[in-house]
Amino acid sequence: MPATKIGDKVIRVDAIEKARGEATYVCDMTLPDMQYAYMVRSTVPRGTIDAIHLPEMPEGYYFISAKDIPAQGKNELWMIMKDWRCFAEDYVLYVGETIGLVVGPDRATLKDLRDQIKIDYTEQTPAVTIDDGINCVGGPMFPEKNSNVMCELFCEKGRPMEEVFAEADEIFEETLTTPYQEHAHLETNSAIATMEDGKFVFYASAQCPFYIRKSIAGLLDIPYEDIIIRQCTTGGAFGGKEHFPDVLCGALLIAENKIRKPIKMVFDREEDTQFSVKRHPSKCVYKTAVKNGEIIGTEGHIYYNCGAYLSSSFVVLQRGVFHANGVYTIPNTYLKGEGIGTNTFPTCAFRGFGAPQTLFCFETHLTHLAHHLGVDPLEFKMRYLAKKGDETTTNGHIIEDVKLPEMIDVITKESDYWNKIKEYKPGCGRGIGVALYNHGGAFTGNGEQAIIKAHARLTKTGDKVEIFVGSTEMGQGFRTSLRKICAATLGISIDNIEYKNPDTSKVVDSGPTAASRSTMIVGRLVERAALEMKERWNEGDFTTEVEYEHPEGYPWDQATFRGDAYLGYGWGAVIVEVEVDKLTNEVKTLGVWSSHEIGKAIDELIVHGQINGGIMQSLGYGSMEKLENKKGYFKQKSMSDYVIPTSMDFPKQFYHIQENPYPWGPYGAKGMGELVFNGASAAYVDAVERALNCEFTSIPIPVEDIEEALKNV
Amino acid sequence: MYNDVRFTLNGQPMVYTGNPLRRLLDVLREDYGLTGSKEGCGEGECGACSIIKNGKLVTPCIIPVGSIQGAELLTIEGIRDTEKGKCIIEAYAEGGAVQCGFCIPGMVMATYVLLNENPDPTEDEIRLGISGNLCRCTGYDLIVESIHLAAQKGAALWKK
Repeated sequence: MPATKIGDKVIRVDAIEKARGEATYVCDMTLPDMQYAYMVRSTVPRGTIDAIHLPEMPEGYYFISAKDIPAQGKNELWMIMKDWRCFAEDYVLYVGETIGLVVGPDRATLKDLRDQIKIDYTEQTPAVTIDDGINCVGGPMFPEKNSNVMCELFCEKGRPMEEVFAEADEIFEETLTTPYQEHAHLETNSAIATMEDGKFVFYASAQCPFYIRKSIAGLLDIPYEDIIIRQCTTGGAFGGKEHFPDVLCGALLIAENKIRKPIKMVFDREEDTQFSVKRHPSKCVYKTAVKNGEIIGTEGHIYYNCGAYLSSSFVVLQRGVFHANGVYTIPNTYLKGEGIGTNTFPTCAFRGFGAPQTLFCFETHLTHLAHHLGVDPLEFKMRYLAKKGDETTTNGHIIEDVKLPEMIDVITKESDYWNKIKEYKPGCGRGIGVALYNHGGAFTGNGEQAIIKAHARLTKTGDKVEIFVGSTEMGQGFRTSLRKICAATLGISIDNIEYKNPDTSKVVDSGPTAASRSTMIVGRLVERAALEMKERWNEGDFTTEVEYEHPEGYPWDQATFRGDAYLGYGWGAVIVEVEVDKLTNEVKTLGVWSSHEIGKAIDELIVHGQINGGIMQSLGYGSMEKLENKKGYFKQKSMSDYVIPTSMDFPKQFYHIQENPYPWGPYGAKGMGELVFNGASAAYVDAVERALNCEFTSIPIPVEDIEEALKNV
Repeated sequence: MYNDVRFTLNGQPMVYTGNPLRRLLDVLREDYGLTGSKEGCGEGECGACSIIKNGKLVTPCIIPVGSIQGAELLTIEGIRDTEKGKCIIEAYAEGGAVQCGFCIPGMVMATYVLLNENPDPTEDEIRLGISGNLCRCTGYDLIVESIHLAAQKGAALWKK
């Protein structure tokens, strides 16, 4: 078989088995004597649990709760902190909090038992929105701090803002908000627990098998090695299966410890929609100081609704703050972020991880400022484009050449932007909009070295090589990209490389499959391990293993959030053109043109699929995906009321990939999975604003919200 | 006692004797082990469980098994080794249509019905043909292109 080259077109390793319906997802697995589990959840947003009335449990049926956690164990899941309780006891903090599991052999009987369980609560007033949280509605969630602020940070650059504001001709102030978003991976959350040789074994739909092990071991106070996580084919994740599988697996661990039979739990769509993590709603208050028509400084106050537990929210908030000035260099900035606790389902990772919120808000803020100043928004923004060597908002520097001018050139030509922007007068019913964005690759600062310390291992057997890493395939194509990197480096065929879904007892920990880090960090590790293997190729069968090494000379202080937050960014530019029916306000999208700089595409077909899908999710986020929480309850409960884009909603996209090799990535590649989500919603809103001559400060903007906005013009 | 439900499943005559109110999807997946049809929503919205009933695309998550008396059913397992099925599946692989894969068996079934009815569809006709099948990963463009590819490569198959 010929050696695979990076530029070769390859068939995804998982495509045929998935298309034939032969790939095994958790829901497809059946083990002998399988038991089933359903969650019993809080039905009130805030209150005390006064009594739990159980029906008589038939033989072989169990109610599992906090009482089943053994004395040496602690009722806590370890994500960033250990605040998320595996089972609520005494009090509940949000609707959908796990109180117990019903477990047994027959699902109809279990559902019946679950519905008979009656829980008495004394309800308290919940804090639901960011403003509720800021105002401590219902009393502070953290009485010791007398506040609901879960986490906070700020960064500042240049002169003090009072000085800058004093010298400004005017201060342009806006409050912008972004909504919840549901991941809506087609495969719902699911896991199976069982025993093998005295160890707890989990089959899980998950992004981060090693996270699960770490998170749940403390429930029984057992060593990590006594828990084995086997990732099954995962039907989409987008961040929704980064930490959340801990919540399923933790509860199942306690049940398994008692029952010792295979136990399967698969959420139905209503459960997955109402009772799983979401994207953080945000509120961003920007004050931009203008002098002689130019921006001289920006102050931003950024609030994220974290729900009742921290999960990954502090890291999400950090990324939000670090992206809060978009792709622009502004001389004086002060950016403050606060993560607000509320009595709602905890929010967690979702493609973009905090960056999409601030990027949408700041991009839209600058568009509105351009309208206010009477200048073309794109020309205005291009004055402030970041370039190599510029100081970032965290007092670090842009390390790479920024190719945005070339990328803007490509998509403005392809879309005929400059002619259309002249032709489409505001309010004419047609509009074209643009957004510029970036995404810092991998963990912030030196986190890859200080926190993760990723490893990768290769084992050679004859002319075959197997990759052992904990990184997962969740649809993004990593099993194919990583095999390609390995094969091309070794100079052998991709068909001779094996890379199975990880089993934590067999692979080394290469860190979470998150933060757009897999290709740039784990791909580089595998490239290094393969280079070493290539040199020793004739030594017979052997193993190579490497550990992450951080490039020197790029300081970061995680205590003060100062320094080089990211060594490399992906960069993006997108244009959206729309036509709005002026009678019905229905929006038809006529075209989408994008350019992304991702260092180097390891596999163009996979990258194309990521671009297309990421932009589609972002267009959904900006236009139609409405998820509202009223009084602590999500109003949308299923796929018929939480609407995601169909094949008919948006047209075929033009895409362009800008090369700009990154020195520390495999073959020059950087992260790209999240970048492609970060801009299209702002471009869509810009286009609709131009078509209707109005302004929006929140998304999404479905027809009914457009009507409402037009009433206020 | 329930009445027998007789139908044809992937060419085989079948008799189902249980509760007629069970969802056809559960019967297919659990009684017959045909797990290629996936449950995405349970309410006929997402199309991940799509199968073919008497030549038409249907979602068995909202069909009681008692209502399929006399019907001819085709699931992904019934088409994947046929010439037409292989043509679609290979086009999907070559065209980059598959990401997480959970929607894909249903999407393949929708493609099968579409190309049987319309061997040479336009882009708009393809988009309409798969509009009952949601995909959260791909943004649909590469699925649409793969269906074009299946139409071209299998031209002789579809025009029969």
